[in-house]
Amino acid sequence: MSKVRVLVGTRKGAFVLTSDGKREQWEVSGPHFGGWEMYHVKGSPADPNRLYASQSTGWFGQLIQRSNDGGKTWEPVGNKFVYDGVPGTHQWYDGTPHPWEFKRVWHLEPSLTDPDTVYAGVEDAALFRSTDGARTWQELPGLRGHGSGPHWQPGAGGMCLHTIILDPSDPQRIYIAISAAGAFRTDDGGQTWRPINRGLYSKYIPEPTAEVGHCVHHVAMHPARPGVLFMQKHWDVMRSDDAGDSWQKISGNLPIDFGFAIDVHAHEPDTVYVVPIKSDSEHYPPEGKLRVYRSRTGGNEWEALTHGLPQSDCYVNVLRDAMAVDSLDECGVYFGTTGGQVYASADAGDHWAPIVRDLPAVLSVEVQTLQ
Amino acid sequence: MIRVVLPAHLRILARAAGEVQLDVAGQATQRSVLDALEDCYPMLRGTIRDQVTGQRRPFVRFFACEEDLSHKAPDVPLPAAVASGAEPFLIVGAIAGGRGKRKAD
Repeated sequence: MSKVRVLVGTRKGAFVLTSDGKREQWEVSGPHFGGWEMYHVKGSPADPNRLYASQSTGWFGQLIQRSNDGGKTWEPVGNKFVYDGVPGTHQWYDGTPHPWEFKRVWHLEPSLTDPDTVYAGVEDAALFRSTDGARTWQELPGLRGHGSGPHWQPGAGGMCLHTIILDPSDPQRIYIAISAAGAFRTDDGGQTWRPINRGLYSKYIPEPTAEVGHCVHHVAMHPARPGVLFMQKHWDVMRSDDAGDSWQKISGNLPIDFGFAIDVHAHEPDTVYVVPIKSDSEHYPPEGKLRVYRSRTGGNEWEALTHGLPQSDCYVNVLRDAMAVDSLDECGVYFGTTGGQVYASADAGDHWAPIVRDLPAVLSVEVQTLQ
Repeated sequence: MIRVVLPAHLRILARAAGEVQLDVAGQATQRSVLDALEDCYPMLRGTIRDQVTGQRRPFVRFFACEEDLSHKAPDVPLPAAVASGAEPFLIVGAIAGGRGKRKAD
């Protein structure tokens, strides 16, 4: 019998939600690491019981936790993130040079094949890798060494590397995204990188079509079609059909194309989900209606999914890492809100119900489909 | 024997119940006490002081004998009452501040 395990990172701890394949009855475990900010929790595709979690507070800094039993028990592992060589400077909010300083881990991406290999996207933006189960970390310095690093500037949430996508068809290819530098790709396992932002247009930067400087909020890929990428930019929903070499706008009939989260259906590579959010700084759903939008055409044509979601007086946000899908026959879709709800749909978004309603603000949601 | 009181979050992390008791080689200073603490509880590395610079984290404070020792140099001897174990060395999470940047919202 299939099972689903939903890994939820919140502002005040981590939660593990489990259900059988029907996804109707849920068990809630947690809070794990109560009181700590859990930016991200993710399982290894190669060993589903191997989980990695990013734990931090402003008081006591960054920790990494590892579980070998699916989240029942945890052990702290390596938390020493040291930039390679002389870190140098990036641009501060006012355009002055600012030294690179490690603050926290935003995203952990376990290898597709090796449970002991895991990547970490950090603030200030850099990519680290561990090959010993997160005991030690080494930076992949080619990213910051790309040459544009001194010109990167933080977004409102800090200068974070928040998205890491491993190409299942090519172990040498990795995509990452940074707020507010943009998206980058390596084709040689992380030695060298190039910005992949052609086609992005950001009217809030001095040169709207600049090579770097775009506030990319999140990127998603379907594993069966790794050359096709979907992006939620600060404004604009975008699509690339050539591994990021060029992008086209697919916002189409969305009521607003600002947002954070984006994901792709597990079995339909052209079915994409976003959650439009009002901006500038409001950052809640337009009209107080929490609506997921689904495109079955790879973009441009979007339908609102509302059944089971609050359609009045809803003023939560859905953050960039807070949406995920399972891979059961009927694809499940999940997202968490800053109001502490985790919503699940067992029918690809047609109907929604909250798994939990009153968690701390949700920072991330990941899903494991277990046999 | 040095007695150290950890803040609640770090006590849980270290799986330490109550006070921690440490044997410190040589003179008792902030540095030697924290070195001994991290040797006994490696999971605390980086939570009290930066792993690279060795500097106290900004929202962590060191108190003992009703004094704030946070701004003393790391190699200044701790009060005799701490060195003798009569008084504990308190590691405190500051009440003010501490919240990091919000996660991009």
